[in-house]
Amino acid sequence: MTQDTPAQPKVSIRGLFKIFGPTDTEMVELVQNGMDKATLLEKHSHVLGLQDINVDMQAGEITVIMGLSGSGKSTLIRHLNRLIEPTAGEILVDGQDIMGLDAAKLRRLRQEKMAMVFQKFALLPHKTVLQNAEMPLSVRGVDTATQTTEARKWLKRVGLEGFEERFPAQLSGGMQQRVGIARALTANTDIMLMDEAFSALDPLIRTDMQDLLLELQKELEKTIIFITHDLDEALKLADHLVILKDGAIVQQGEPQHILLNPCDPYIEDFVSDINRARVLRVRSVMSALTAEQFDGDIEAGSTLERLISMSDGDTNHVYRVMQDGEAVGQLDMKDLVKALVPRSSSNEGARVA
Amino acid sequence: MARYEEVFDALGLREWCDANKTDAPMSMAQLLAQTQGDDAAAETEGLPFPSLDVMHEACAAIGQTRDLTEGLEQGFLAIRGELKFVLDPVTQPLSWLLDGALFVFESAPWWLMIPALILVSWFVSKSRAVTAFVAIVLLFFSLIDHYDVAMQTLAIVFVCTGLSVVIGVPVGIGMSRSNTAQRLIVPLLDLLQTLPTFVYLIPLIFLFSVTESKLYGIAIILYAIVPVIRLTDLGIRLVDKDVIEAADAFGMTSRQKLTRVQLPLALPNIMAGVNQTIMMSLAMVVIASLVSAPGLGVLVLRGIRNLELGVGIVAGLGIVLLAVILDRVSKAALSRVDKQRNAH
Ligand SMILES: Nc1ncnc2c1ncn2[C@@H]1O[C@H](COP(=O)(O)OP(=O)(O)O)[C@@H](O)[C@H]1O
Ligand SMILES: [Mg+2]
Repeated sequence: MTQDTPAQPKVSIRGLFKIFGPTDTEMVELVQNGMDKATLLEKHSHVLGLQDINVDMQAGEITVIMGLSGSGKSTLIRHLNRLIEPTAGEILVDGQDIMGLDAAKLRRLRQEKMAMVFQKFALLPHKTVLQNAEMPLSVRGVDTATQTTEARKWLKRVGLEGFEERFPAQLSGGMQQRVGIARALTANTDIMLMDEAFSALDPLIRTDMQDLLLELQKELEKTIIFITHDLDEALKLADHLVILKDGAIVQQGEPQHILLNPCDPYIEDFVSDINRARVLRVRSVMSALTAEQFDGDIEAGSTLERLISMSDGDTNHVYRVMQDGEAVGQLDMKDLVKALVPRSSSNEGARVA
Repeated sequence: MARYEEVFDALGLREWCDANKTDAPMSMAQLLAQTQGDDAAAETEGLPFPSLDVMHEACAAIGQTRDLTEGLEQGFLAIRGELKFVLDPVTQPLSWLLDGALFVFESAPWWLMIPALILVSWFVSKSRAVTAFVAIVLLFFSLIDHYDVAMQTLAIVFVCTGLSVVIGVPVGIGMSRSNTAQRLIVPLLDLLQTLPTFVYLIPLIFLFSVTESKLYGIAIILYAIVPVIRLTDLGIRLVDKDVIEAADAFGMTSRQKLTRVQLPLALPNIMAGVNQTIMMSLAMVVIASLVSAPGLGVLVLRGIRNLELGVGIVAGLGIVLLAVILDRVSKAALSRVDKQRNAH
């Protein structure tokens, strides 16, 4: 599976703590000794933002951080470009601890390494769409001709050709967020931070934007850190899924794996409502090749939904699982049906290789 | 009367009290008693409040209230030389500006001035109705022979408003950046706004000669600068936190943030402040004419002094008309900025 770790993660968070309050550093020890959020607030009037966060984010992957509102997602993503300063811990970008950067170097990091897309778009209302998209380059002092060509290129890429001279207030929410994405792409950074970038949009437009993001990602292979409170969105986008609760990581890993092996009642709750047939992929539930006879071939990356419609609902079928033209396993429709029921209500264990 | 004497005796302060007893001037109460007749003394039976004057009766070492006001005056006179030494050169450019503007507005021929002013209001407001209204008002002033005084008033208002913006906007920016600065400046602004305007004319008259234009210039600016400062501060503080965060996330320096984000987004508020500043400096023009400011205010004053009802009222209405055109022009500019941003 995709768990083989490359040499160095693009972004790495080590032992990160964030406590809001005047004497936050003194509170770290209390939290390390197991004090919880409510007690800390009651006894010491400090808000526990994040505790002991350790995440590696691989280059070219979409890391999705998911959690309910107030679980600390925004706080976490703002540590990556130090819009929020940690109470304790390390943040490594390309192996370099960004806590050591002075103000000028930090600005360069923000200008050249990370672009950000915001939930409420955060466009400059007094600038045109084009000027908004040019902003990251003009901040860097790039010459105006380059600014304009780059901005126009990315605006076109996100489908906003012809809207360059409009003002943000003249566009719909979905289009404004396209400007937000174009702005982040114009910055031409390796890393893109997206804080609930699609949460403010209508469901249909949200799906469009997710598709747009996946399509761009296929081409650009950026390191994307994407925040969401929506499990469907998380499962659709994530290469690596991190689940936050009350400022702590409950589980992280390959999304299919989490879905099949929730390690915590909190996550079981989360995943029980999901349409598993649409989310789970054949490779996540297949078993080793043993049968001789197959009712057909299926791609390892297909969804179970696809296979169900292929089998016409016949649970006696067994399919051969193919990847890059090779047989990599088999899938018995009976196993498939079991995988559709959350673990809490069946005894079906992990089937992931 | 001497109820508090025992108190001082009991405290063993008698000697300190009588140490250098002289014939003190009359106290407030004595002064009143004298003017009201002899029987006033009987009213002070009972327990009087231990005010400075009452305690002075009992103990000569304690000063009277009139010492306080006198002390203030003496104190001011004592530092007057130094204050003048510092303030005179600093404020001198204000005199030049006012005299220069007055000279230009008075000496430019009407057939140049009126079209110029109409053009300016067109460029600022971009509104035909407003520009036409300005033209009518200007022609009306000329018709009733108030053109010269109206121009003098306009010259003063322009200079004072301009300087208020030049000084007020940076102060407002500073205030928006530091809560401490805000805490220190706000009471000062409250003071400037509530202190009766005549009151801060008093020290100014002591400091500068009434023939200098900066005297009324300072008075007008002190009074009119408040809204620019307040609304610059407010405007910057009200800028959308998300947009500021985006500016930070893309690595803007604080100067870039100020000029590209904060000031442009605060502009509607700042312009509302400028509008109020114009109105307030116009209101001050009448009071300023007490200290030799030329313009419509002088005619209002003449109306009061010589009981020339017509002169006073026409000049007063003239000020209203000026206020209306300045207000309309600046508001039109403001709504033009607003419209561009929220247009559909
Ligand atoms: N500046 C702050 N001061 C105090 N508490 C804060 C501050 N910012 C965030 N918090 C707290 O941290 C927690 C996480 O907030 P946030 O990261 O915004 O959550 P999410 O983005 O997951 O909804 C919340 O309980 C919130 O109240
Ligand atoms: Mg959030």
